Amino acid sequence: MRNALVSAENLQLTLKSDFSSEEQALTNNHSSGNEEKPTKKPHFFLFFNHFETMNEDLKEMLESNKESLKLEAMKRIVGLIAKGKNASELFPAVVKNVASKNIELKKLVYVYLVRYAEEQQDLALLSISTFQRALKDPNQLIRASALRVLSSIRVPIIVPIMMLAIKEAATDLSPYVRKTAAHAIQKLFSLDPDQKEHLIEVIEKLLKDKSTLVAGSVVMAFEEVCPDRIDLIHKNYRKLCNLLVDVEEWGQVVIIHMLTRYARTQFVSPWREDAVFDENSEKAFYDSEEERRVDQSKPYIMDPDHRLLLRNTKPLLQSRNTAVVMAVSQLYWHLSPKHELSIITKSLVRLLRSHREVQYIVLQNIATMSIQRKGMFEPFMKSFYVRSTDATHIKTLKLEILTNLANEANISTILREFQTYVKSQDKAFAAATIQAIGCCATNISEVTDTCLNGLVLLLSNRDETVVAESVVVIKKLLQTQPSQHSDIIKHMAKLFDNITVPMARASILWLMGEYCEHVPKIAPDVLRKMAKTFTDEEDIVKLQIVNLAAKLYLTNSKQTKLLTQYILNLGKYDQNYDIRDRTRFIRQLIVPNEKSGALSKYARRILMAPKPAPVLQSAFKDRDRFQLGTLSHTLNSQASGYLELSDWPAVAPDQSVRNVEVAGAPALSKSKPAKSNEKQKRIRSTCLRIMQHNYSLNYYLPPQIIQKTLNIMTKYILIHIVLSISSPFFVNCMCSLLHLCVFLACQFDAVSWPVRVSLQASSPVFVPETSHELLHRMTGKGLSAQYRFTRQPCIYGNSMVSLQLTLSNRTDQALENIHISEKSSTGQNIHRFNAIERLEPQASVTVSMGVDFNDSTQTANFQLCTKEDEFSVSIQPAVGELLLPITMSEADFTKEQGKLVGMNESSATITITPENVSSQSVNRKVVSVANLGVIPSGQENIYRFAGKTVSSGSLVLVSVALKDPDAMITINTEKTVMGSMLLRQVKTAVQGM
Amino acid sequence: MIHSLFLINNAGDLFLEKHWKSVISRSICDYFFEAREKAVEPDNVPPVIRTPHHYLINIYREKIFFVSVIQTEVPPLFVIEFLHRVAETFQDYFGECSETTIKDNVVIVYELLEEMLDNGFPLATESNILKELIRPPTILRSMVNTITGSSNVGETLPTGQLSNIPWRRAGVKYTNNEAYFDVVEEIDAILDKSGTTVFAEIQGVIDACVKLSGMPDLTLSFMNPRLLDDVSFHPCVRYKRWESERVISFIPPDGNFQLMSYHISAQNLVAIPIYVKQNISFFETGSSGRLDITVGPKQTMGKTVECLVVTVHMPKVVLSANLSATQGTYNYDPVTKILLWDIGKLNPQKLPNLKGSLSLQSGAPKPEENPSLNIDLKIQQFAISGLKVNRLDMYGEKYKPFKGVKYVTKAGKFQVRT
Repeated sequence: MRNALVSAENLQLTLKSDFSSEEQALTNNHSSGNEEKPTKKPHFFLFFNHFETMNEDLKEMLESNKESLKLEAMKRIVGLIAKGKNASELFPAVVKNVASKNIELKKLVYVYLVRYAEEQQDLALLSISTFQRALKDPNQLIRASALRVLSSIRVPIIVPIMMLAIKEAATDLSPYVRKTAAHAIQKLFSLDPDQKEHLIEVIEKLLKDKSTLVAGSVVMAFEEVCPDRIDLIHKNYRKLCNLLVDVEEWGQVVIIHMLTRYARTQFVSPWREDAVFDENSEKAFYDSEEERRVDQSKPYIMDPDHRLLLRNTKPLLQSRNTAVVMAVSQLYWHLSPKHELSIITKSLVRLLRSHREVQYIVLQNIATMSIQRKGMFEPFMKSFYVRSTDATHIKTLKLEILTNLANEANISTILREFQTYVKSQDKAFAAATIQAIGCCATNISEVTDTCLNGLVLLLSNRDETVVAESVVVIKKLLQTQPSQHSDIIKHMAKLFDNITVPMARASILWLMGEYCEHVPKIAPDVLRKMAKTFTDEEDIVKLQIVNLAAKLYLTNSKQTKLLTQYILNLGKYDQNYDIRDRTRFIRQLIVPNEKSGALSKYARRILMAPKPAPVLQSAFKDRDRFQLGTLSHTLNSQASGYLELSDWPAVAPDQSVRNVEVAGAPALSKSKPAKSNEKQKRIRSTCLRIMQHNYSLNYYLPPQIIQKTLNIMTKYILIHIVLSISSPFFVNCMCSLLHLCVFLACQFDAVSWPVRVSLQASSPVFVPETSHELLHRMTGKGLSAQYRFTRQPCIYGNSMVSLQLTLSNRTDQALENIHISEKSSTGQNIHRFNAIERLEPQASVTVSMGVDFNDSTQTANFQLCTKEDEFSVSIQPAVGELLLPITMSEADFTKEQGKLVGMNESSATITITPENVSSQSVNRKVVSVANLGVIPSGQENIYRFAGKTVSSGSLVLVSVALKDPDAMITINTEKTVMGSMLLRQVKTAVQGM
Repeated sequence: MIHSLFLINNAGDLFLEKHWKSVISRSICDYFFEAREKAVEPDNVPPVIRTPHHYLINIYREKIFFVSVIQTEVPPLFVIEFLHRVAETFQDYFGECSETTIKDNVVIVYELLEEMLDNGFPLATESNILKELIRPPTILRSMVNTITGSSNVGETLPTGQLSNIPWRRAGVKYTNNEAYFDVVEEIDAILDKSGTTVFAEIQGVIDACVKLSGMPDLTLSFMNPRLLDDVSFHPCVRYKRWESERVISFIPPDGNFQLMSYHISAQNLVAIPIYVKQNISFFETGSSGRLDITVGPKQTMGKTVECLVVTVHMPKVVLSANLSATQGTYNYDPVTKILLWDIGKLNPQKLPNLKGSLSLQSGAPKPEENPSLNIDLKIQQFAISGLKVNRLDMYGEKYKPFKGVKYVTKAGKFQVRT
């Protein structure tokens, strides 16, 4: 024990010389803690003592030289932190362990450091050098975690060190470290906003990063540090769109939100077009040609970049992450043409199956959407039906949406559904339903009467809140058409005695007064009753009694004069001064005396003025001023840090800012001779841009194909069609046309569709003419068949080997119905040729078929049938025929070869006669036995060939190195069996030279 | 983004706090407690609460409130989804996500939270990456650790973190290679008094348990993919292949995961496996009521309905229930007012029936509305939508895996109004 203490002391001395000042700080801390805490809770003092001894224990454990003890101590300390207990006084003891070899101990120390460094800045500086060292560690995890902790220590003094570390990490080879750097940017920014300029430089650099790991984090940093610098996004826009699918889900959300804002500043609105379009089509009938031309605003063409964003986000609607789905939905809501919006509906409805909290947010957003676009959600109306187990806030939101969706067609269904809700045990919800019924009734005039009748029935409900709510809603409804409903008012007057809810009583009284002419007998009687109970009523009821009295006095002063005066007198001495005020005002207004003067003449017009009916509208009416899916939208008020979504620009800013210098493309347009005129050039460049958009994501197009496509498009006027189709309705058609052109180009080039960057299929170098016997005429009773390998990609299936079959009839009668039997004896998948109905004597016919050999040289057995007979035949492919040639650069070849070593490599050395050797002969020999592509070789005596297996597409690389007098043949492929068989064949072929 | 996280149990005790930026005092939770008080039921607490300087976004799961503190604008679903992911990770690590397990494993919880967020932004949420960084506790490992002093923390960066397929770690090896898929379908339905379907739809998920060596590339195809109305996938599934060929092509994560979820809304076509005949009535006088429920099979395609449970949320005035069940057991909890009738297997020959009287609080008016019934059931080896897996192919590896598909139909939110 003593040893340990001594060593610990030494360590402290080496760590920092002015230890005394720390100690002082520590004791200060101590004493302040002692002073404050006991005053709050008397019994705390005891606890604190206990706590102190515990701390002593922990300190001792930390200073021991046993790793396990230290670890145990740190675990306990982390436990204290988690409970929110203060463990800051252990700081000096803990910080010493920051350089520990034990990784778990180290991590726990990091946790502690990040928690308390802000409070103990001086002591925290002790650990900095450790992190600086760790930043240079060869292990990327250690580099990254060092940067994470260093940047999380909120100590202003180390800002320059952090800045340096971030700059260095931003160029680190490991994308994980770069990601950490992106996070560190935000931390440094919040610690010292003055560093903004330098940090923007780092952000700019990281935005260029092509790693999907970094993209989300750096965009997050961008949003936090410089969201207004959209000029930094231009050049990265297309890259971000294309990477989006592969970015991790959290990054996707951030990027989508950022791109939504970006798109709103850069593209013109796709919305106005809908309206303009209709108008134009109408005008076209009547107006003359000239007028139309003048009139027609420029037709809307969606910027291809805008389209790119919409297209690349669409698959994310299928994400399992609800935040991603919501983000894409809001992007479509804010950016897509209206007619494309419907694709988000299903996904949003799907989210309603998720957790309660998710439902809440999604329903809120749907509520906002459903106000503007009923049609989107109407087919899914039933998904918003309320269940008795839903939480109250979910129920009200569903109700809101159902109300928004109501129209003439579905109102009866909705009302029937509402009837069940009214009976709900959750009374608050029942009340909300009644309001919803009121809303429906005002919005859809056909059902107003039905709703009113239903509501009147509810007046006899046992529950008070239900009745009260009904009264209030009926009052609002009656205001729209009072004359026809005097019997309802009478009914309500009858119920009045049983209603106790003040709001409802007040509403009935107001109705009486307002429409006292419709109920001339009842109204004074009600007033009489009210005069009796005036003093016991609630304030709002009292106010309405005064109102009723005044109105009756004006219309029917004979009967009510005394009553009114009595009530006004009661009001005069009421405790509430609102009521006293109102009484005084009314008295002056209606009771003429010498002082009141001119005003009382107009009393009737003032009090009995026709009042506009209240408009019942959704609470979500004005929510759309906020971007959907945001916190501000949820709260319906601007949260701090909310970034406003700008309006569409009237004129689109320059699109070319997003152009990125692509290595291949610009060179291409230059390579074309400049003889074509200006217009054609422009057309070609537009085409090129569209093509890049369409294909950049999924496929790599070799330059010659792009060239060819452009040629075809220009030649066959397709380009004009493409360009004249400008409406977004036909963008899909345009894409298909482009596909067609590219397809044509591929066909012209006899190049199969390229799949991966490095694996471009090429045409076979050599096609052997030799045929093999399939069926001899003796065994085939006169029918003979021969087959040969065409070495072309099979048109029947990607994994099939293409075969050509020549069938000849050697008899003197015609053979009928030649076909391959349906049942295949082996497992191979065979594409049969169409049955030949009739083969004349001595005639022959050539057909093609495809066999999937599944990358093995196993024979394919099948039955060749005529009308009368069946012959078993078999095809055994040579291993070289199971390949398809591909081309790649020499560099790619060596790179791929480097990956396929060890078991995947087989080689052999043979002796050859040197005079036979020439580059042609080696090439010819190899390609005659195997369907491989020749790779142009920079070295004299090395010949390289590449192919892929037909079925699985595995790479097969063959190289022949001539070293007088030996030749070394190497074959690299994952398919080791095929490799060794191929080696044997190539060996015999080369040897035979 | 996410500033701090507080875990609060049902009784209102704050038992864990974690801060990713500067420390925020736990007194911020008073706003939450206020809202909690007002809401009465924990389910009714609003998920987003505004305070003068911060916003609290909370989720309620396994009787724990996860309360996160937000300072600036952020998509609320982002936070909610993340919090649920945290809860799922705990469940994955400790078997269940409860206050006790979190308290018992507080150090691992802290290490996990540290890895999952950096400066409030999600860093690693994929369970296989986390498991390489921090190994889940097992009895054996904790014993070994105490003896040898080795730790639960990985020393190198998980391979998944850098690859394009972060959900799978490299170098997986199994002696028995197997891939199991469970097609689980849930019927969401509302039936009205007369037994007609007001609303019905099917929600399905395919849960997978894949234990395959190396880097297998799987393709799952259906006999009838057209049935699927709307789908969502685990990130491993290639969207393009689904869009063009309607097959599910993916490199699977290692172990258990949810491959996809889907939705079938062909409303009229949804077969309702059972019918319920019920009669619940409350009498005007005598403070009593009668209850009579019979359940019978409807469209079960010859399969047996199992685990049948009927739950009734009784009105507040119902004091006790005196019933007799011809099959299974019933239980009425007078505190929560929940009547639970556990029937078990449904025998078509002898239909289960629950009958008897309810006694009400004397003097109270009879309830307006009859309570609705929530049904729970299970049918093995049967997908109610008729969805069938056609085949599973594996590419990229040479061994022959053992494959299996299981179908289960369950009741989701299945409600009968009375």
